[in-house]
Amino acid sequence: MNEEFAIRARGLTKRFGSLVAVDHVDLDVPRARIYGFLGPNGSGKSTTIRMLCGLLTPTEGSATVLGVDIPADARILKPRIGYMTQKFSLFGDMTVVENLEFVAEIYSYPRRERAARIDELLEKYDLGDQRRQFAATMSGGQKQRLALACAVLHKPELLLLDEPTSAVDPQSRRDFWANLFRLAEAGTTILVSTHYMDEAERCHRLAILDRGAKVADGSPEELKNGTGMNVVEVQAVDPYRAQTVLQAMAEVVSVTQLGIRLRVLIPEQVDRPLERVETALAGAGIEAECALTTPSLEDVFVAATLDETREAA
Amino acid sequence: MKSLTRFLAVMRKEVRQMRRDRLTFAMIFGIPLMQILLFGYAINTDVRNLRAAVADEAGTHLSRSFVDGLDATQVAVIDRQVARPADLERLLREGRISIGIAIPADFDRRVLDPERPAAHILVDGSDPTIAGIAEQLRRVPLGFDTGAGPREIERIEIRPYYNPEGRTPVNVIPGLIGVILTMTMMMFTAVAVVRERERGNLELLINTPVTALELMLGKVVPYIAIGLVQLAVILVVGDWLFDVPVRGSIPDLYAAAGLFIAANLALGLFVSTAVTTQFQAMQMTFFLMLPSILLSGFVFPFDGMPVVAQWLGEALPITHFIRLTRGIMLREADLADMPYALVYLGAFALLALTAAALRFSKRLD
Repeated sequence: MNEEFAIRARGLTKRFGSLVAVDHVDLDVPRARIYGFLGPNGSGKSTTIRMLCGLLTPTEGSATVLGVDIPADARILKPRIGYMTQKFSLFGDMTVVENLEFVAEIYSYPRRERAARIDELLEKYDLGDQRRQFAATMSGGQKQRLALACAVLHKPELLLLDEPTSAVDPQSRRDFWANLFRLAEAGTTILVSTHYMDEAERCHRLAILDRGAKVADGSPEELKNGTGMNVVEVQAVDPYRAQTVLQAMAEVVSVTQLGIRLRVLIPEQVDRPLERVETALAGAGIEAECALTTPSLEDVFVAATLDETREAA
Repeated sequence: MKSLTRFLAVMRKEVRQMRRDRLTFAMIFGIPLMQILLFGYAINTDVRNLRAAVADEAGTHLSRSFVDGLDATQVAVIDRQVARPADLERLLREGRISIGIAIPADFDRRVLDPERPAAHILVDGSDPTIAGIAEQLRRVPLGFDTGAGPREIERIEIRPYYNPEGRTPVNVIPGLIGVILTMTMMMFTAVAVVRERERGNLELLINTPVTALELMLGKVVPYIAIGLVQLAVILVVGDWLFDVPVRGSIPDLYAAAGLFIAANLALGLFVSTAVTTQFQAMQMTFFLMLPSILLSGFVFPFDGMPVVAQWLGEALPITHFIRLTRGIMLREADLADMPYALVYLGAFALLALTAAALRFSKRLD
């Protein structure tokens, strides 16, 4: 039980007909950490999570979750994992307490401790005032807190969260992450998929998925340091023209506009990246302020997914 | 132990949701009441008061007493006199009458002549029931009051057992129990699993330790209770409004109904594992309803159907159940008299439930 990793996967692959949803993904998810899956829609995040909890059978590859081989022994794994679906999946026509009671019964939570556990969760997830409210009538944030409360009721060792924050406001997202950190500190391993950069930034480690393949993984810091790119930030009066000029440069890998600023990715092998950008813009008669900056997670994401396109091309 | 807890949890949840779903709750009582009233009052194969017209070209004492005799059967109401048979044909074609009675001018002489028909009864054959009914008119005695005796002697007397008055509700309601239970039970369960799939609840459930069988049983058992309540409603209303008897034992009837309900619920569950939306579930239910009504012997006599239709009918649980209800309610039979039907229902329920539990994989692929 005291293995270092909660999840180990090797060559995990899922094909639906000719579509390769997940393509030979290797994973090492350390215990008591928040591990993120970052990727756009359709990158295979949900499919991977579903394979890890035994809902889908991998076409190829193997995985061990909490020391259990899946999907072969998925049954004995169920009581030890908690799962929160992308879409709200509790019973809308039952109250908050009824939903919690149902989950407690389904997981055979000790009868005597049930009421106390439910009270504790209502308190912890700030649902005390909604006890008798029907789940369907709650706000997005409340629903999400209820879903999390239900997912952790039986004190699972591993929590799998499939885009848990896609339907809630920023404040609820912040609170939600505070709860996740508390859980991780208490020893729960958390695997969470997201397409928000700021959420990915909070993870202890993360894997970037693109079109079913893992294109990078590591801690956010490692990833940012390991892009192999220099980032030049350009503030131009006419960002659109500047972008056109910069994209035409052979050494520029990508130009991303963020408001009035442009982030220009140039491989590390190219020397004097700042001067090159300044020269190019000056040559085109564009007034701009340029500065070298540290890569953000978004840059990491752009760089990582670019590699894929190149290889494919 | 844990398994029992989980089964009870699913059951409790199901009852809770059912109580809150007003439409389902209304259907539990609404469907049986509506059907029993519709079938009890509207469907009546015991036809009376067909509109009839007479073209009496004879106009003799004998012909008039013949017409009075027809009128007295109450099968036909003779409210029109026309001059010639051609008028009868016109009225039939126009749909103004269902029966035309043509009495030729030499009626008195024809009555005494065994070679020639004395009169003609023209019948609207476009309605099969009416055609059958007209047969009854042939049996109206025909002859001189002088004691010449009836022209046709009935050699065989028909004695309708179990329903001597020939009242339709008595025949219809035992079968109707089957139809109502098939409809509601299959609909409820077919929708029950699909609704959870549609609402996303299923993705949550299959990630919990609950097994397919616990889930299926937890969903089915509350509906068995509902089915038995519906049976009580039908029996009470049937007795109260239509004097439909239960001559056999009521526990026998309930035992048969319990098996039949289980068979239908299991079939409903199977349907729900095969479809993806509530709408499809409803379509499937109606698809299965049609043969249940037509091939089960509920509407048409089973023995009169072509062999292939009989095979199909034999496969339906309702066919066996209708045999049981008619037997118990009308013929005072007990379950031991009809073991095959019981065995079939039990086997069907078991098979369908197994198939449903197998098909309901706890995986998404």
